[in-house]
Amino acid sequence: MAAQFTGTRTRPPGGPAAPQPPESATRRPRGGSSLARGVPYLLILPALVATAALLAYPLLRNLVISFQVLDAFQLIQHTTQWAGFSNYTSELSSSVFWDTTVRSLAFTAVNVALIMALGTAVGLLLNRLGKRMRLLLSLGLVLAWAMPVVAGTTVYQWLFDSQYGVVDWLLSELGMHSMAHYDWFAQQMPTFTVITLMIVWQSVPFVALNLYAGLTTVSAELFEAARMDGAGPWRAFFSVTLPILKPFFLSTTFLEIIWVFKAFTQVYALNGGGPQGSTETLPVYAFIEGVGNQHYGTGAAISTLTIVILLVLMAYYFRIILKQEDEL
Amino acid sequence: MRLSFARRVWPNAAAVLLFLFFIFPVYWMVTTAFKPDLDIISTTPVFLPLHATAAHLVKAVHASGFWGLVGDSFVATVGAVLLSLAIALPAAFAAARMRFRGRKAFILIIMIAQMAPWEVMTIAVYLIVRDSDMLNSLLPLALFYMMMVLPLTIWTLRGFIAAVPRELEEAALVDGCTRGEAFRKIVAPLLAPGLMATSLFGFITAWNEFPLVLILNKESAQTLPLWLTQFQTNFGDDWGATMAASTLFTLPVVIVFLILQRKAVGGLTAGAVKG
Repeated sequence: MAAQFTGTRTRPPGGPAAPQPPESATRRPRGGSSLARGVPYLLILPALVATAALLAYPLLRNLVISFQVLDAFQLIQHTTQWAGFSNYTSELSSSVFWDTTVRSLAFTAVNVALIMALGTAVGLLLNRLGKRMRLLLSLGLVLAWAMPVVAGTTVYQWLFDSQYGVVDWLLSELGMHSMAHYDWFAQQMPTFTVITLMIVWQSVPFVALNLYAGLTTVSAELFEAARMDGAGPWRAFFSVTLPILKPFFLSTTFLEIIWVFKAFTQVYALNGGGPQGSTETLPVYAFIEGVGNQHYGTGAAISTLTIVILLVLMAYYFRIILKQEDEL
Repeated sequence: MRLSFARRVWPNAAAVLLFLFFIFPVYWMVTTAFKPDLDIISTTPVFLPLHATAAHLVKAVHASGFWGLVGDSFVATVGAVLLSLAIALPAAFAAARMRFRGRKAFILIIMIAQMAPWEVMTIAVYLIVRDSDMLNSLLPLALFYMMMVLPLTIWTLRGFIAAVPRELEEAALVDGCTRGEAFRKIVAPLLAPGLMATSLFGFITAWNEFPLVLILNKESAQTLPLWLTQFQTNFGDDWGATMAASTLFTLPVVIVFLILQRKAVGGLTAGAVKG
C-alpha cells in the first residue's frame, strides 16, 4: 500500500539531514572517480529498465491503442487501423460515459466520506478504550483488513444471498418483513449499498488503526490543556486533534479517494457492474467495453480518460506528501 | 452518578458492536466452511456451529485442478517477490547511501510508479502479452506482479538500509573491505528482517491480484483469486464449499498479515504526524 511511503523516515525529525562529506573526494583516488560515479546508475539500472518496460510501455501502449479501431476483427487479423480522436469524441459525446463518470465520482465521494468519518470515529474510540477492549476491537479490525478483496466479495455475496443470506434473515427478524429473501443484486441502489458496505468494511481498519497510532504520539497534556480551557470533546477534536494530525488526514483522504476511484475487483467481482451495467464505475466500464465487448480501442480511450482523472487526484496527493517528505 | 456510568459504558458498548461488525464476515466465512449443509440452508441461521464437518474443505481441495492452482499461485507470487527483491536491493542501496545526480528524480519515479493505475491498464497489458504469444502462462503474470510490488519494495528497503548505521559500514571500509564486501558482510545481515517484511508485503499484493489474471489467463495457468470468483458459478449455490475455498485462500494472507500488522501501522504514522 502506498501509505507506507510517508512512513519510512529514518532520520530523527526536526531539522534537515546532517551534511555528509562528499564521498568520492574523501575516500577515493581521483583516477577512479569517473568509474565510481557510474556505480549508482548501474545499481538503479535494472529498476529503471523494469519500470520502463513493464509500466511506462503499457501506459504508452494504452494511449496508442486509444487512437485505434481495435475490435475483434482487427485483433485477429493483426491489422492496425487508426481512428484519430474518434474513440474520444464518441465517448465524450456519449451519455453512458458521462453517466458512468458522475456515478464513479459520486460513488467515490460517498465511500470516502463514510470511510473517513467511521475510521476517525473508530480511531478516536480506540484511544479512549481500556486495554482489553482496545485489543478486542483491534483484533476485529486487523482481521477485516487482512481479508483478501476477492475473498471479501465472495463472503459478502453469501451474507447478502437472497435465499439463505443472514442479512435478509436478520432484517426480517428486526421487523422489516419485506426484506425476507430480498434480492440485493437485482437493482442498482441495493447493489451499490452492498459494495459500499464492503469497501467501508475493508478500508476503515486502515484509517482507524493508523489514526490511533498517530494519536498515541500526541501528548496528553494538549488535551488536558484544552479541557482546562473548557473545550468539550468536539471542540477538542477540531481544535487539537485535527490540526495536529492534519498531514495524516489529508494524505489518508487522498489515498482513499484514489483507492476507491480505481477499485475494480470489488465492483466487478460482486455483481459484474450489473444489473444492466447500472453499477459500472469507470474502471469496470473500461474493462467491459474493451474486453467484454471487444472494443479494445474504445476501452483504452476510457482507460486514458480515467487515468487523466486519477492524475489530477494524484497531483494533489503528491503536493501533500512532498511537503511532508523533507528527506527526499 | 448515572451520567458517569453511562459515559463509562458507551465506549465499551460501541466497541463491542464495532467488533461484531468487523469480525462477523470473517466469522461467517469460517463457520459456514465447517457447517453441515442442513445448518447452512436452515431458515434460522445457525450462529454457533456445534456439528463441525470437514466435508466442504475436502470438496474444495478435491475440486479439479485445485493443487495446480495453488502451485501456479505460489510460482507467480514467489517468482514476483524474488525478482523484485533482486532488482530492488541494489536500487534501494543506491537511493539510501549514495549521492548522485538524478537521485531525487529516481525516488520521485518510484513514488509515482507505486500509484500506477493497474486496474485500468489491463487492456494494454493484454495486447502486449498477446502480441508476444504469452497468454495463459505464468511468466507475464510473475513479471507484472513483480512490477506492481517493485516500487514499494525499493521504498521500504531504502528505509531499512538507511537505518543501518553508516559508521558500521565505514568501519568495514577502514578495515580494508571494498564497498561491495562491506555491503555483503555488514549491511546485508542486518537487513534480514527488512527483507522479510518487504517480501511479505509483496506476497500479499501478488497473491491477491485479480484484474490482470482475469484478462490474461482465461484458459490456463490461472491463480486462486480467479478460481475463487468462478467457484460459486462452477459449484452452483454450494455456499459451504465456496466458503471453504475462501477460507483456504485467506489463510496464508492472514498469517502473513498478523506478522506484519505492527510494522504497517507504526510505519505510516511515524512520518504522518511529525507536524
